[in-house]
Amino acid sequence: MTKRLFVRGNEAICLGALEAGCRHYFGYPITPQNDIPEFMSREIPKLNGEFIQAESEVAAINMVLGAAATGVRAMTSSSSPGISLKMESVSYMAAMEVPCLIVNISRSGPGLGGIDASQGDYFQAVKGGGHGGYHIIVLAPASIQEMYDLTMLAFDLAEKYRSPAMILGDAVVGQMKEPLAPRPKPDTELIEKNWALRGTGEGEQRVIKSLYLGDGELEAHNWKLHAKYSLMKEKECRWEESHTDDAKILVTAFGSAARIAKTAVAMARDEGMKVGFLRPITLFPFPEKAFRDATLRCKKVLDIELNTGQMVEDVRLSVARDADVFFYGRPSGTGSLPTPEELFAQIKKYY
Amino acid sequence: MQQVFTRPASLKDVQTHFCPGCHHGTVHRLTAEALDEFDLRKKTIGVASIGCSVFLYSYFNIDVVESPHGRAPAVATGVKRARPDSFVFTYQGDGDLAAIGTAEIIHAANRGEDITVIFVNNTTYGMTGGQMAPTTLVGQKTSTSPYGRNLEKEGAPVRVTELLSNLDGVAFAARVAVNNPRNLMDAKRQIKKAFRYQVEKKGFSFVEVLAACPTNWGMSPIEANERVGGEMCDYFKLGVYKNTENL
Ligand SMILES: Cc1ncc(C[n+]2csc(CCOP(=O)(O)OP(=O)(O)O)c2C)c(N)n1
Ligand code: SF4
Repeated sequence: MTKRLFVRGNEAICLGALEAGCRHYFGYPITPQNDIPEFMSREIPKLNGEFIQAESEVAAINMVLGAAATGVRAMTSSSSPGISLKMESVSYMAAMEVPCLIVNISRSGPGLGGIDASQGDYFQAVKGGGHGGYHIIVLAPASIQEMYDLTMLAFDLAEKYRSPAMILGDAVVGQMKEPLAPRPKPDTELIEKNWALRGTGEGEQRVIKSLYLGDGELEAHNWKLHAKYSLMKEKECRWEESHTDDAKILVTAFGSAARIAKTAVAMARDEGMKVGFLRPITLFPFPEKAFRDATLRCKKVLDIELNTGQMVEDVRLSVARDADVFFYGRPSGTGSLPTPEELFAQIKKYY
Repeated sequence: MQQVFTRPASLKDVQTHFCPGCHHGTVHRLTAEALDEFDLRKKTIGVASIGCSVFLYSYFNIDVVESPHGRAPAVATGVKRARPDSFVFTYQGDGDLAAIGTAEIIHAANRGEDITVIFVNNTTYGMTGGQMAPTTLVGQKTSTSPYGRNLEKEGAPVRVTELLSNLDGVAFAARVAVNNPRNLMDAKRQIKKAFRYQVEKKGFSFVEVLAACPTNWGMSPIEANERVGGEMCDYFKLGVYKNTENL
């Protein structure tokens, strides 16, 4: 049996990344994710890896770009304003098909905002936060165990689809401590990286680039990326659901909001109310089919977020045509985290 | 018959897109010759920057990664840290390196990354149509300094090689030009020396090349060449600014 640890979410991400074979970390300090660079600066040198505290988030993501272009597993972490700075290069990496991991332990905004738990970065994460029209894989852990497990999964999916992947968390899942069973990395098929730069040796030149100027070249490249996103939607959607069979109303939320929502659902079920629960784990690809299937039976959905309504747009696009989607959310900031009682009241309101 | 002039093995047998009289082609050749000299082609990863030299991969027969504008030293840092035995160089223009990428070049140099930077200073943004660069000379007219660069409002041109030489992390720094045979031969020597620093794992090496952009200067190739040897060399003094190991 694996030994159980009692760690913070941010540490769980580091443990997951190291277990996944990541030895290259590049970052810049920002609250509430500082435990990640601190942990990595301590542990990576022991494993003969490379840790750099870069001069900025911009430099950090470009170091990731360079390292990942050689085929190693590389990552960076930051929080909302820092993630905004990285976006130009995330767009480049999506275009260049360079796999890597970006962790956003997001904070409240806009602007400098605050450091409280927030889901204000959903749009930025799933709609392609940078320019040009692209998507990256986005995973939203709701527990410390998931911070660990999904970090390993993120590296595997990133390589499988040759795409950047993001863990989208916040101060709740980042700084809270919970038990963690650090399972060994699952046996995944290792994909040969016949694109990775290594110096030509006796082989052909390899080029990693995003500039396509030839007639029709860029359109073809974009169709190729588009096909990849469709394949992800078909194969990689992940979600948690419970009590959806008999539900009169379905509560949905992701990440830290889902923890509070789940408690509210339990309170409702204790009172005999038929309330179901559906939590997207992959935000991109969004589990559209799970919502469609559940709303073939249950015609009311209550979406709860720590913002004024972002994921709700994807929920509305996914549900059956005759289902009603309600929303409850609060923009985050100090003192703005909803309580389970507050959410329970909302469930009663729409039940 | 003895062949005395051949194409370096590190260059492809293709025509470049550079304008007539542009010095990028010459600097490409010198860089390729230095790669050949140390037999580096097969273990090199080049980092292309954004500017007229973005097509590095079309001309060099080596592995290449493209960098976002100005970030080549950070990209090269990532490449080199992941593959310490590869030979890694960036090739950057003055808009790329001395404006948007100032932070990246200073900090890569200051960390003493084991990389080589070829910095082509043509006192303008070539690719985007000849706008003012940090290196544009005082009084020089460009498409965004139509009345000439104004010292009070726009400051003096940045002397990057001098600036970087002050950093302990820099092992080798030189400024060269390719406007005449004598300067060209010296440029070749200094680029080779810079490469030798990396080959011998002796730290960060940097070569600034004063270069002509006849198109955006509105000059003939001959006039542009003369400008390099004249007012550019007057302000940006040629020489070896740092040579820590006396290689
Ligand atoms: C983020 C970003 N900003 C601006 C540009 C537009 N741009 C392309 S090349 C260039 C300047 C290139 O000038 P320089 O580095 O001097 O190289 P040269 O073309 O003269 O060789 C600029 C501003 C860009 N591609 N990306
Ligand atoms: S615009 Fe200037 S730098 Fe660019 S290719 Fe033409 S001459 Fe060279």
